[in-house]
Amino acid sequence: MAKITFIQHNGNEITADGIAGMTVMETAVKNQVPGIDADCGGACACATCHVYVEPDWVAKTGKRNPMEEDMLDFAFDVRDNSRLSCQIKVSDALDGLRVKVPEKQF
Amino acid sequence: MSDVITTDVVIIGAGPCGLFTVFELGLLDIKCHVLDILDRPGGQCAELYPEKPIYDIPALPLVTGADLTSRLMEQAAPFKPQFHFNQMVTSLEKCGDTDFVLMTDGDLVFNCKVVVIAAGGGSFMPKKPPIPGIDAYEGKSVFYSVKKMEAFRGKDVLIVGGGDSALDWVNNLQPITNSMTLLHRRDEFRAAPDSVNKMRELVAAGKMKLAIGQVTGLGGADGMLSSATVKGTDGNSFDVACNTMLPFFGLTMKLGPVADWGLNLTENLIAVDTEKFETNVSGIFAVGDINTYPGKLKLILSGFHEAALMAQQAFRYINPGERLLFQYTTSSTNLQKKLGVA
Repeated sequence: MAKITFIQHNGNEITADGIAGMTVMETAVKNQVPGIDADCGGACACATCHVYVEPDWVAKTGKRNPMEEDMLDFAFDVRDNSRLSCQIKVSDALDGLRVKVPEKQF
Repeated sequence: MSDVITTDVVIIGAGPCGLFTVFELGLLDIKCHVLDILDRPGGQCAELYPEKPIYDIPALPLVTGADLTSRLMEQAAPFKPQFHFNQMVTSLEKCGDTDFVLMTDGDLVFNCKVVVIAAGGGSFMPKKPPIPGIDAYEGKSVFYSVKKMEAFRGKDVLIVGGGDSALDWVNNLQPITNSMTLLHRRDEFRAAPDSVNKMRELVAAGKMKLAIGQVTGLGGADGMLSSATVKGTDGNSFDVACNTMLPFFGLTMKLGPVADWGLNLTENLIAVDTEKFETNVSGIFAVGDINTYPGKLKLILSGFHEAALMAQQAFRYINPGERLLFQYTTSSTNLQKKLGVA
């Protein structure tokens, strides 16, 4: 089990229990976190589960994979810490992970 | 306004579940018209992941979205469904006791006995980048699609994006524009290599510009754009002069007009029973990803099951008082004749 905190654009925080093996996107959807649309259901095909990983967690969540990098072309305001949350697997090492949800997945 | 099209069933959505609904209804001699907002069948399988493998379709250990679509089209073909693409259903109303009237944004009007909503995640619509103030320019100098190329003749066009739509329109519109700039967040493109090479040749020949960065603001007045402010990869901002902008960030799904049809919704999904997959309005059914019921799984195979069961109830509405005989395609000559194999 890993606690994952989703920081909304308005500053509100939602902390959810992530289960190892699930993705951060699935954790958000299961806990009805607003702002994670996940249109394609986790196929890395839509870029509507875009999050910004808080700086001190970037090393632990790892690098974007090439498919994810391509899909980020369809996201807005992509930054160095941008990830698609369907591509981040929950593990015990990510207990306490904090990610920011953009204003809109548009 | 065109003539009213009268049919047994209108299916909204030509994704896998809509296509299999054609088949299940066809076995019961029920004719269908199928509408979709996209320009081709397949729904998400065509738009989001045509080349990605799907591993959980029974008896197909591996199939791509595109192949699944073409196989379902083949399976539905004996029943001669009539497709209407690029159509968004704008209204659906009950007319008298047994009929529905359905209208589209392309001015098509249908009169039918049964409506099947197989609209998946909703209507595909272009993603609109959340740039402050963009609303004021939309439809006047910011466009999300090219309907007529001539509208862009002599313009100073800024195209934003790095996929096939962006690159195709850069190459197609460049010859008729006054100036063309392509803006993308990185100097790598996921579009077809041919299109990327062509664009790079145009840049090398000084016929267009390529800028790397992301739009943060728009300048202009009364809906007419004069520049876009771009944040470069080094963090510094610069302006790109343009009087027309075309952002291509792909499509997203929105529930759209379905929300206004008096159907019971649960978290933007249509609530149905699990015997007939019928909504709270008798004669309107919902199958596939767009419906919800206790235990629902958003799997294509669940939608197929739902289609088979809803077809039984549709038959009763379309042929009141007639007995419905359950038959297998393996043994029924009657069904085999309908499929064109006996």
